[in-house]
Order: sequence, then structure tokens, then C-alpha cells
Amino acid sequence: MNIQHKFNGGTLQINLIGELDESHAEFVRDNLDEIFRSRAIDEVIIDLSKLSFMDSTGIGVLIGRYKILNNRGIGLKIARPSRPVDKVLSLTGIYKIMPKIIQ
Amino acid sequence: MNSNYMNLKIKAISSNEAFARSVVGAFCTQLNPTLDEISDIKTAVSEAVTNCIVHAYVYKDGIIEIEATIEDNRIHIEIKDTGIGIQDIEQARRPFFTTKPDEERSGMGFTVMESFMDMLEVLPNEPCGTIVKMSKNFDVNSSGANQT
Repeated sequence: MNIQHKFNGGTLQINLIGELDESHAEFVRDNLDEIFRSRAIDEVIIDLSKLSFMDSTGIGVLIGRYKILNNRGIGLKIARPSRPVDKVLSLTGIYKIMPKIIQ
Repeated sequence: MNSNYMNLKIKAISSNEAFARSVVGAFCTQLNPTLDEISDIKTAVSEAVTNCIVHAYVYKDGIIEIEATIEDNRIHIEIKDTGIGIQDIEQARRPFFTTKPDEERSGMGFTVMESFMDMLEVLPNEPCGTIVKMSKNFDVNSSGANQT
């Protein structure tokens, strides 16, 4: 599991690369929260095009990050989810709170 | 008649999740599944194994047993633990129900298994723990899929 990030003005772009399950949940959670704290941001976009696998543990991680950002008035969007990841995200209705965008 | 069987026992630690789902995914390739069907199987297995680690053994030592049987164009998977068991199975299967809201659990594990497989059954194990049984039929007639 690898996390890349870059700031583009007030937009924080995150790339999750690898497989997100229980074994990587804490790593992803801790790293994202640290990045969120590092600078003032207006919006977060999480790119999931290189995330080849995610189960419902990953859904919990994403909802947790959404809550933290939402408390700070920061929007969260999901970009280009891979096909298997998109299926899990669609099933859980998560796009209602973090819209899917195609960049 | 196409028939096969596998049995895998693993320690209940999260680093074994990718191993477990990959083994079952590889086992079902003899059914010539589509990539989507393999993803469905791997995700469902991952959900069941996560439940064993997080809920049945609560991150403590334990063994997870995974059995899979292939009969014709159908795979049947059983995932067993001897952990604390589920008090109310019907409640546990409801979407978004979780006993661990503080741990950012989504409560969608059983919903994912049910949606991605054709059959899901959750039973108490004897003398303790839980058995998850799930099956999936592979469509041998779909165009461009299930063919080598």
C-alpha cells in the first residue's frame, strides 16, 4: 500500500495505490489524517484508479476521513475508482456523501 | 462432472487476508471466471476473513479455516472460526449494523458478501464461533466470458 499526495492550491490530491483491507487500514488512516493536518485545505480528492482492491474495511476508513473533513467544512470527492473498487463503493451508497468525479 | 476441493487453515491476522482471498481466487480460475467474478469472490472472502479477525477473535490468536468446493459451474465456500460467535445473526446481517462504531467499521461486510455472491448463510459453529457459507454460480454461456 502506497499513498501519494500533492497540493494544487487549496485542493489536496491523494493517490491510494495497492490494496486496502484490514491489514492497511491503520496505515492509510494515520497517514491521511497527518496529511490533512499539514496545511489549510479547501477540498480533498482521493484518486482510486490505482487501488486494485478494497473491501468494506476501506469503506469505514473513507467514511471516517469524510467525517473529519466535514467537521472542518472540507469537501471530499472520489476520482476514477478502479472497477472492483467502484462496485464496492456503489453498493454502499458512499457517492451520496463523497461524489465520484471523472478527471 | 467438474468437481474439486480445497482446504486452507490460516492464523487470524490481517496480513493473511490478501493471501486467503488470492488462494480462493486462484482456485476458482478453473471455472474460467470473468475478472468481475474473481473480484466478487475475493471481496466476499476478504469480508468473511476480516470478520473472523476483528469480531470473532478480536485481534487475538485464532485459526480461520477456509474450505471451497467446486461442483460443475458453482463454487461453494465455507469460512469457519472458533471465536466468540455472533449473538444476533439477523441483526449482524443488516446493512450498516456494527458492534464497533468507534473503530470506523462500516457495518457492510455481510451486505457485500450477500451482494457479490449468489447465496449467503451464517450459522453458529460448534462448540463456538461462526460458519459463513456462500456460493456463486458462474455463467458458462455469457459471451466473451468464462472461456479460455
